[in-house]
Amino acid sequence: MDKYIEMIRVRFLMMLAYRTNYYTGILIYGINIGAYYFLWTAIYGGKEEIQGVSVVQMTTYVAISWMARAFYFNNLDREMAQEIMEGKVAVELIRPYNYLGMKTMQGLGEGIFRLFFFSLPGLLIVYFIFPIQFSWDLSVWSLFALSILLSFFINTQLNLLTGITTFFLYNNAGLIRAKRVIIDLFSGLLLPISFFPGWVQSIMKFLPFQGISYVPSMIFTKGFTQQEAWAAIGQQFIWVIILIIPIQLLWYLAKKQMVIQGG
Amino acid sequence: MFYVSMFFQYISQYAKTRLQYRADLFVEFFSDLMSQAINLIFILVVFGHTDKLGGWSRDEIIFIYGFFLVPYAVFSAFFNIWNFNDRYIVKGELDRILTRPIHSLFQIILEGIELESLLGAITGIAVMVYAGSRLGLAISWYDPFLFILFVIGGALVYGGIFVMLACISFWADAKTSIMPMMYNISNYGRYPVNIYNKLIRFVLTWILPFAFVGVYPASFFLGKNEWFWYAFLTPVIGIVFFCLSVILWNYGVKKYRGAGN
Repeated sequence: MDKYIEMIRVRFLMMLAYRTNYYTGILIYGINIGAYYFLWTAIYGGKEEIQGVSVVQMTTYVAISWMARAFYFNNLDREMAQEIMEGKVAVELIRPYNYLGMKTMQGLGEGIFRLFFFSLPGLLIVYFIFPIQFSWDLSVWSLFALSILLSFFINTQLNLLTGITTFFLYNNAGLIRAKRVIIDLFSGLLLPISFFPGWVQSIMKFLPFQGISYVPSMIFTKGFTQQEAWAAIGQQFIWVIILIIPIQLLWYLAKKQMVIQGG
Repeated sequence: MFYVSMFFQYISQYAKTRLQYRADLFVEFFSDLMSQAINLIFILVVFGHTDKLGGWSRDEIIFIYGFFLVPYAVFSAFFNIWNFNDRYIVKGELDRILTRPIHSLFQIILEGIELESLLGAITGIAVMVYAGSRLGLAISWYDPFLFILFVIGGALVYGGIFVMLACISFWADAKTSIMPMMYNISNYGRYPVNIYNKLIRFVLTWILPFAFVGVYPASFFLGKNEWFWYAFLTPVIGIVFFCLSVILWNYGVKKYRGAGN
């Protein structure tokens, strides 16, 4: 276990060394939030609320989902694809740790770094620019914290799955891009799931994506009651467990038929 | 003439490398289509809850988006310079380019060519036809010519801005994340500029003229008289920005001292 915690620390320090890169990152997220802020105010026009969500709630939703994204987002799929294509994965596999577990921990180190050096200052800046409403209710914050941790796991598991497909496809830049686009839309990052037509929502219930962004953001904006929040968190947890199965299966198959392309 | 034959040689080489990983090429087509569809889905879902966006109807917004896809496809097929800093400056590949008797920017553009992106233009035209027919737009004999002119103008606006950004690498060889930032700003141009505040509108028109890639030229075909003047400015802005970027590039190449081995 120690070595995994060490891995979180190392990745955290590594990110810290390149922190200047992140100041521009905050600007990028700010711009994104700004674009959606204007778009949503135009969409609302004079309307008080749409689907029970007011314009202030919507702005908060957009802001918080981008800031949460900084925590759960990582490029593990791309890193894995790179390591597999360059043949580095061969060395990784002989090392005395679980490769997938190690990748997850690296992602977590990255996420924790971004949470403190990116999301927190970013949120503060955004708070002063846009009309956002924060809840200072401690129970909301703790549910939110629990929820984004689970978001991180679901998103990371999907990344690992995409990364493993490199073993079978050899070059999967297209798949990685497709996955990212799908997650952006169906996770509720761009717009709340409750805005979709009913039949889409009912399909979404059976997919893991809404556990990535929609659930934590709804908890934060108080779109969920306490009870709904717990149910949603329970669902997130179930997805984390279910997703282990295809990962282990594909990983087993991948190791059996691995082709090292170079190295 | 020499440049034309070089162009076709690069393309044939390019086709060979791409066809090596066919499964991925297919997935890439699919993922491009997905990302275009997702913006469309966003528009459709949003208009499920409102009738007008800053005075523009659903089909008009869809039309603007369809138009935007065409110059954007041309841009991403020919100006793939996202990794210019990494690939050419940090790894020193630019030294190889500079020893050859063709203009350096032309070579870099050829090496990064990604013809499959042109598929986006077909999607874009399909979207425009769909939205246009719902709006009952009539096509005059000069519309196709103006369309081509505006598309080239829009692609040059994009190309000019991103070449200028790539030029930053000549002076600062550290990695910057300014390109993804610009990409995000470019998304503003897909929606009618009148929904933004004055400052952003000014920036999108004169400083980072992304509005000339989407809303301005598209509004001409939508018959929005108040924007006509801007629509016809599209090719001018495109040429001005692209020329500026080439001048900056030439100047930057002179300053370039080499970083890799």
